[in-house]
Amino acid sequence: MPGTPLLEVGRLVHMTPWGFVMEVSVTVNGEVRTVDVEPRTLLAHFLRDELGLTGTNIGCDTSSCGACTVLVDGRSAKSCTMLAVQVDGADVTTIEGLAGKDGLHPMQEAFHECHALQCGYCTPGMVMAAVSLVDEYSDLDADGVREGLEGNLCRCTGYQNIVKAVLAASE
Amino acid sequence: MTVTDTPFAGGVVGEARLRKEDPALLTGEAKFIDDLELPGALWVACVRSPHAHARINGIDTSDALAVDGVIAVYTGTDLADTWAAPLPCAWPVTDDMKNPDHFPVAQGKANYAGDIVAVVVATSRYAAADGLEGVVVDYEPLDAVVSVEDAESDRVVIHEDLGTNVSYEWPLIPDPEGVDAAFEAATHHVTETYVHQRLIPAPMEPRGVAVVPAPHNGDMTLYSSTQIPHVLKVMAALTLGVPEQKLRVIAPSVGGGFGCKLNVYAEEILCMALAQRHGVPVRWTESRTEAAGSTIQGRAQRQTIELASDADGKLTAVRATLLADMGAYLQLVAPGVPLLGAFLYHGLYDVPFYSFTCKSVFTNLTPTDAYRGAGRPEATYAIERAMDALAVAVGVGTDEIRSRNFIPTEKFPYDSPAGLVFDSGDYQPALDRAKELIGWDTRMAEQAERRAAGSTTHLGLGISTYVEMCGLAPSRVLASLNYAAGGWESATVRILPTCKIQVVTGASPHGQGHETCWSMIVADRLGVDPDDVEVLHSDTAISPLGMDTYGSRSLSVGGTAIWMATEKVVEKAATIAAHMLEANPEDLELTGGVFSVKGSPEAEVPLAGVAFAAFTAHDLPDGVEPNLEAQVTWDPPNFTFPFGAHIALVEIDEATGAVDLVDYAACDDCGNQINPMIVEGQLHGGIVQGIAQALWEEAIYDEDGQCRSANLADYLVPSAAECIDMKLDHTVTPSPTNPMGVKGIGEAGTIASTAAVMNAVVDALRPLGVTEMAMPASPMAVRRAIEAAGGGAS
Ligand code: FES
Ligand code: FES
Repeated sequence: MPGTPLLEVGRLVHMTPWGFVMEVSVTVNGEVRTVDVEPRTLLAHFLRDELGLTGTNIGCDTSSCGACTVLVDGRSAKSCTMLAVQVDGADVTTIEGLAGKDGLHPMQEAFHECHALQCGYCTPGMVMAAVSLVDEYSDLDADGVREGLEGNLCRCTGYQNIVKAVLAASE
Repeated sequence: MTVTDTPFAGGVVGEARLRKEDPALLTGEAKFIDDLELPGALWVACVRSPHAHARINGIDTSDALAVDGVIAVYTGTDLADTWAAPLPCAWPVTDDMKNPDHFPVAQGKANYAGDIVAVVVATSRYAAADGLEGVVVDYEPLDAVVSVEDAESDRVVIHEDLGTNVSYEWPLIPDPEGVDAAFEAATHHVTETYVHQRLIPAPMEPRGVAVVPAPHNGDMTLYSSTQIPHVLKVMAALTLGVPEQKLRVIAPSVGGGFGCKLNVYAEEILCMALAQRHGVPVRWTESRTEAAGSTIQGRAQRQTIELASDADGKLTAVRATLLADMGAYLQLVAPGVPLLGAFLYHGLYDVPFYSFTCKSVFTNLTPTDAYRGAGRPEATYAIERAMDALAVAVGVGTDEIRSRNFIPTEKFPYDSPAGLVFDSGDYQPALDRAKELIGWDTRMAEQAERRAAGSTTHLGLGISTYVEMCGLAPSRVLASLNYAAGGWESATVRILPTCKIQVVTGASPHGQGHETCWSMIVADRLGVDPDDVEVLHSDTAISPLGMDTYGSRSLSVGGTAIWMATEKVVEKAATIAAHMLEANPEDLELTGGVFSVKGSPEAEVPLAGVAFAAFTAHDLPDGVEPNLEAQVTWDPPNFTFPFGAHIALVEIDEATGAVDLVDYAACDDCGNQINPMIVEGQLHGGIVQGIAQALWEEAIYDEDGQCRSANLADYLVPSAAECIDMKLDHTVTPSPTNPMGVKGIGEAGTIASTAAVMNAVVDALRPLGVTEMAMPASPMAVRRAIEAAGGGAS
């Protein structure tokens, strides 16, 4: 999806004093949302400012920290590194969409059980990255988790309990 | 003195209880500063000087004002009349300390890359950013001062009106003759010089500010991603000249602080001023790269430490001299940071004579201030690295040199040569346990084997023991150090009519788990479920009194206040219960949430009954007021002194210089533990933060004062892939200075781990003649050290 020319994925709707806006239609946490956005709008800002889904955090401006990680069509993606128009037609899951009617997702539960969060700022992104990692690899060990989460920074936990939680949830 | 009985009887304290903070944080429900919905808010973006030192000859804002969405642009001159006072420095450590005026927007001159020179106000985040590009500043670059040595020379005086770059000199030499005599008589005299590189605190949440004014009645609410809503309220009121009673400060969920949110920042005062001016909400969110110039940095000092010892390596004197980098201005507590370490350069060793001197200077770099440990990691690093050098000089093991010098357990409370009283300690068992965890003897044997075989993959074992002073702080001691505020903490415990509990704390958590721990303390005593206790904090309208969270103070000061308020409310409840039972209050005991008469357990009334009786007030004893609520403000009589021993094992490839952290073990003692799970979590994160200083992190500045590692792609905050599992254990030596016997654990890991790793690195390379190693010990630094020592494969 990254690298797709803008005009092929979004629909030019109308001109405004700021330039043109495009209509983006995307399924977010199971609900179809259709919104006009400036083409330069980052997916992270789209989710936070347009849809009010502020669980997705922003921790950097160099695509380094992973605080903004969401699932796009089931795979983890850094939402600060994509434009909203790139997810036109896609299925996006944010941290708000993870817990179901019967409570927390097993990965969230494992983070809670293993004390894998402190300030919680990295947590939504970390959890989403971990969900995707566990989904992708069936026989993860500690090293695999450490390598797999390399793109997600946490300043509080020293990662020991995060690794423990991801392994627990992968079982 | 040791307290042997645990003061907790309720079976709740001491449990590894899962955190009540987690569900909101795990689901995105928690609101951080940038998550707040503020309809109609204007966005602020700051034009920051790209030059470290430059005269501002003019600013053209016309292009910016033409940008769609930009409402206004202000320069320093435009806002000059707005401030009632410069940004505050609350710690004038000496009477003649030099403190340059520091305003939210610079006037006439920018003194570091990041100094705000103008501010754009716009209708959206994106429009404000667009506006930035339209502000044209005519700079006249000046020579920049980037090193502490250059600063000290006064080659370029940054703040001309001060006449010098030296802010202050602060000596602590109780017995100068004694020190001199000890060095003269010494068999071994070790002199070491260390540099603490600048560090970027980098909490994962950048800072942010939002201000909501009420123009007609004059109220103002300041939201900030801060560790110190209470201190900020007082300081912001003074700096902007707004009436304190009209100002409410709220710290929403805060995504980590590590000291860098313990400040009063330009953007906070600026957003208040702009909200006042425009009469609508105003907000600013820091970007990560911007933070290198907008948020304080840590460490940044050069140290010389000298040890005098007898032939057996028994220390007779310690002398430490610092040259500390304050950056371009004095932030809130920056001058005091070296003082927080000043008393601890002899570590946990019994030393008769002591000398400490610090000189602090201005540079054209981002201001420094408290960063996790603040002064104590620096002190621990110096003494612990120097102890290894002494061990080599004496010809004994690095474990043995420490054991020979530990303050003996029978000397506690210990009158330190720097003038402190260490509350309690028992140091040898912690070292023994850490050695056991790492497998000291096996590892030493393995190292010897490798050395004998001429291996070029070197093993190194490094110890760092530590003692820290935390639980900031007795107000009278702070007064003697010229600190402008007290060190108390406030708490309220309220038993509601339905016997649910509300607790109000003046501590302001940002990841530490206060809600969980405070609930446990109260629940343990009252015999209620911790889930029935709600902890309110970080909003000055709800919790008007507080001194906030830093310096590992929350539990030993704030938690103690909670304990005492609980006792006080129990006392009142007992009076009412006694009235209900027709007994003497002194004869009652509260266990499992029920008051009963000692010796006749059938005479009992549940706390819930008492709570409802206190609420209805139909039949209270004479002179007893309705409701169950108690407030306490606790000012600790002394600091607390946690301690421990950490050991790192590293493997270094001589050819590449790559350092591989193989194993890490620690035994810490923070007194009685409220929640061991949280203690371990604090240690994990703290240890990694200290290891990161040793191996990876550095705010790199070039000779023009430009930060070359401003973002998270260049500044190497470690990921899970660089880190390893740590082996932790603890001993328990309660503090006698507070009723719970607690000490504090927030900074311990960071204080100990840097020296442990660096000692391991030097130990590994000792056969190659390496004795010095710069931080971070990157492959390049390691190769340089090997080459400088003239050894090793190339
Ligand atoms: S905010 Fe997306 S990677 Fe940091
Ligand atoms: S929990 Fe604070 S950054 Fe990970």
